[in-house]
Amino acid sequence: MTLLETQGLSRNFGGLQAVRAVDLSVSAGEIRAIIGPNGAGKTTLVSVISGRIRPSAGRIVFKGQDITALRSWQRANRGIVYTFQITSLFQNLTCRENVALAIQRKKMTGIGRRLHLDERRMAGEIEAALARVGLLDEIDRTAANLPYGHQRLLEVAMGLALSPELLIMDEPTQGLSNSEIAGFCQFTREIASEVTVLLIEHNMPVVMELADRITVIENGAILAEGTPEEVRANADVQRAYLGA
Amino acid sequence: MTGRPIAGRWGLPLAVIAALAAAQFVLPDYHHTNMARIMVLAVFAIGYNIAFGYAGLLSLGHAMFFAAGLYGAGMTAHFLDFSAPAAFLVGGLCGLLLALLAGAIALRTSGVAFLIVTLMFAQAVFLTILYFNEFTRGDEGFVLAEQIRQLSFGDSVLSLTDPDVRYNAALLLFALCYILSIALLRSPIGRVLVAVRENEQRTQMLGYNTFGYRLFALTLSGALSGLSGAAYALLFAYVGATFASTQYSILPLLWVLLGGVGTTLGPLIGTLLMFYLVDFSSDVTSSYLIVVGVILVVLVIAFPKGIIGTLREKWRRA
Repeated sequence: MTLLETQGLSRNFGGLQAVRAVDLSVSAGEIRAIIGPNGAGKTTLVSVISGRIRPSAGRIVFKGQDITALRSWQRANRGIVYTFQITSLFQNLTCRENVALAIQRKKMTGIGRRLHLDERRMAGEIEAALARVGLLDEIDRTAANLPYGHQRLLEVAMGLALSPELLIMDEPTQGLSNSEIAGFCQFTREIASEVTVLLIEHNMPVVMELADRITVIENGAILAEGTPEEVRANADVQRAYLGA
Repeated sequence: MTGRPIAGRWGLPLAVIAALAAAQFVLPDYHHTNMARIMVLAVFAIGYNIAFGYAGLLSLGHAMFFAAGLYGAGMTAHFLDFSAPAAFLVGGLCGLLLALLAGAIALRTSGVAFLIVTLMFAQAVFLTILYFNEFTRGDEGFVLAEQIRQLSFGDSVLSLTDPDVRYNAALLLFALCYILSIALLRSPIGRVLVAVRENEQRTQMLGYNTFGYRLFALTLSGALSGLSGAAYALLFAYVGATFASTQYSILPLLWVLLGGVGTTLGPLIGTLLMFYLVDFSSDVTSSYLIVVGVILVVLVIAFPKGIIGTLREKWRRA
């Protein structure tokens, strides 16, 4: 089943075509990696999908519905969740408060639950969400005081707490240590059983290990697409990456 | 935000309210009146703090909401013979509606642009009040007659000119708004407002309609500012355009900054301190604003996060 489909999706910045006529199709349940050289338009592409940036042309279809006109917060409510490339946490708030903001979103229905939520239940869910990424011990630390790798994990915990259907992760392993990367890979495989993952990643071993399929972007357009083996063997991809 | 016992969560606010209630029995007449005035103005500060301290909306136009309440109550009582409670509610409603209208337009901007747009709006309201001089009495304002300023419960009549009634009416209003501001900050909505202040784009990506939350904060802020203005007109009998001037947009900002931005007790502390700063220094010298200015500079350096904000930080570190 197709979860996400883009048709002729483009985005221009002045004269620069950052994304050009991308037709991307992501099936429910897969881990899809998007790779490409720096400046290829990967982040712009997922930003358009998540609604942070408006497209210049094209359509986005999610679960069979055209969501091109929806704002970013409406898309988040439909299940498209974006975790940031550069960590964009609430730096002055604790891990608890950061995750609480993600968890309470779906609970705030009607006036009563906007004014009051069961705090004990909230606390339980917050702890579970942090435990899942191994940050339970840091629960009352301010986000800004966390080491970089833990900030990334908090970001992922917040993304998951929104119970997404499509989780977009923009360079999640950047700045992580090798052992943290190994933990992240295992964790991503675990969550992939419940959520479709769109992964932008530079670290090739991570991509090869995790991705079901890989889409290669160059100069804003799709250069190649296929299983890790197919992409590895693709001559165009080798040329783009090695400049040969 | 975890399950602290009720006494721990409401202990301080209830102690503050109890202290204010007890103060009326010991304060000399002069300070008794001052304190009633401070409590009414602190409601204005609480309103300002909801927009600025909670949601991060730096407005320089809040005088218009205070004036909307002042004139909304004053004019309906003066010209249409509204009873004091009805006029009071009309005042609050005027503040609310003006904030909703101004917010729907001004909140399309943010940061410095928002500050300028609110300043311009307030200036337009100020000039409108002067323009309709015939009804508003413009600069000189008008005084509310004594027979308007009373509350009747069946046969018994309480006059708002009586200092004790006035003090307790001000205390009741302050206590309700103070508790409301605390409950709001502790509610799910309060958490989202803080998130909007900290990082609006991130809040949007979590699925929150941040424009709606900012508009909610400004509207509630305007409503409380309006209630404060309405209470001021009814309790102190004077309605005038001075209250719509830029000075009254800057004052709540100063009160909140001095007391502690985003803290719940800060607005009262800031208003109290600023009031007596002006009061004492104007006893000493005619150029009292220089003294006030210097003391404010010193206080801001000593308490960079406001008095309550800085104390709280030291307390936590200890």
